[in-house]
Amino acid sequence: MLETVAQAVINGLLIGGIYALVSIGVTLIFGVVKIVNFAQGEFVMIGMYISYFLATYFGVDPIVSLLVSMPVLFVIGVLVQHFLIRRVLGPNDMPQIFLTFALSLLLLNLALLLFTANYRTVHTSYSDEAFHFGGFYVPEAKLIAFAVAMGLSGALWAFLHTTDLGKAMRAASQNRDVATLMGINPNRVFCVAFGAALALAGAAGSLLMPFYSAYPFVGQVFVLMAFVAVVLGTLGNVLGALVASLMMGVAESLGIQFVGADSGLIVVFAMLLLTLAFRPQGLGGGRMR
Amino acid sequence: MLELKGVSAAYGSVPAISHVSININAGEAVGLLGANGAGKSTTLRAISGLVALASGSISFDGVDVGSLPPHKIPELGIAHVPEGRQVFPEMTVQENLEIGAFVPRAKAERARTMELVYDIFPRLAERKRQLAGTMSGGEQQMLAVGRGLMLKPRLLMLDEPSLGLAPVMTDVTFEKIAEIHKMGTAILLVEQNVSRALSLVDRAYVLESGRVIMHGDSEDLANNRQVQAAYLGI
Repeated sequence: MLETVAQAVINGLLIGGIYALVSIGVTLIFGVVKIVNFAQGEFVMIGMYISYFLATYFGVDPIVSLLVSMPVLFVIGVLVQHFLIRRVLGPNDMPQIFLTFALSLLLLNLALLLFTANYRTVHTSYSDEAFHFGGFYVPEAKLIAFAVAMGLSGALWAFLHTTDLGKAMRAASQNRDVATLMGINPNRVFCVAFGAALALAGAAGSLLMPFYSAYPFVGQVFVLMAFVAVVLGTLGNVLGALVASLMMGVAESLGIQFVGADSGLIVVFAMLLLTLAFRPQGLGGGRMR
Repeated sequence: MLELKGVSAAYGSVPAISHVSININAGEAVGLLGANGAGKSTTLRAISGLVALASGSISFDGVDVGSLPPHKIPELGIAHVPEGRQVFPEMTVQENLEIGAFVPRAKAERARTMELVYDIFPRLAERKRQLAGTMSGGEQQMLAVGRGLMLKPRLLMLDEPSLGLAPVMTDVTFEKIAEIHKMGTAILLVEQNVSRALSLVDRAYVLESGRVIMHGDSEDLANNRQVQAAYLGI
């Protein structure tokens, strides 16, 4: 029994690392640009297709293709912020909601058109390999994904806390006007935040590819989890999103193990409801830690 | 050094200041006085580009400030310490100061300026690693002024630095501002506390309903019957 629980916790933490990349992106955009990006999942999908095509046509390992998906998604993020989001930033948040929602639908349908609804998989040499630690089963592809996800999350945290641009981003998230008084160009900071958030989504896509299928709707699985994690971890709080994502991975995995294969989400959403009812500000502290 | 000519600005359709003309010479301390809602803060926000000009012009050393995007204005050497302190609450004292020297002209000398700020405000040096939002109002005011100084400003604009401070903290704050002024920085001081402000500045402008209704040397204003009756309670 105890071993079953421990194994479920391991499985949950591993997938929680991927959720973390998506939710950190959502929370970064919310914290800095102050919009909810409903299209974040579709950028995970784009990351997956980039890795799928690089693997299928050029034999590039999906993990290595992260070096392509991240910069490509970063540039897309900068362009989306500069040419689309910037136009709808203002006191009224309805246009922002509709814009990112429309972007999500557009990308989804473009993917259906271009790539069809077929499930695409990439088989790597390590896709079926697993480590065995004292009776526990740890799939190699998921362990690599988890390790890289934690590394990237740590890198983002270090960027926000040690570089001038990162600190400028935190300053802009805490007080946009006063950040401008410091000489910080808000649009530039927003572009970098959006780019970084999409780069993380792209990384999530690449890391998923060795053990998950790419299809046009795949992003919706992850964006749902990300939104829950972002609320649980306090909107705008990077560390909170990371911890909440890992918790949700574990909750989902325990749900699958003990409630039923299709009911992992029940446990996750029960957590969300309880949090909103008893601690609506989320489990994290303030913003942009 | 700074010259406003017939500056008008509005929030939406509500006019906030109209035809405000003021000038400040290098190294001078100038007050901007008046009651709540007279347009003092709006004047500072117009200089910093946080509100758009409806008409008029603002120049700083011959540069047309009004045509610059707001984030380019600090680079000229204009530091604006906003009303209500507005430190970055989730950043440490030291990070707040670092951000104060974000622009290239200040970044090069950041370490040296920070030492100077810690000399002026030893309390900040003691609290380097503390999150700014957890400090007292007086300490946050010191930090807001210190953050402004990190820019190595030629003009330091202070919006109600005594707001919400205990009298003893107000004394300390005004002493520090006087000290900064003596070091050669021009000061534009917005204050509701008119008698305190007049004891610090060389000259002052009095605003009422968004217009400059009076200006002169501090001494003359302090002796002016109208100022005494309206603002000094004499």
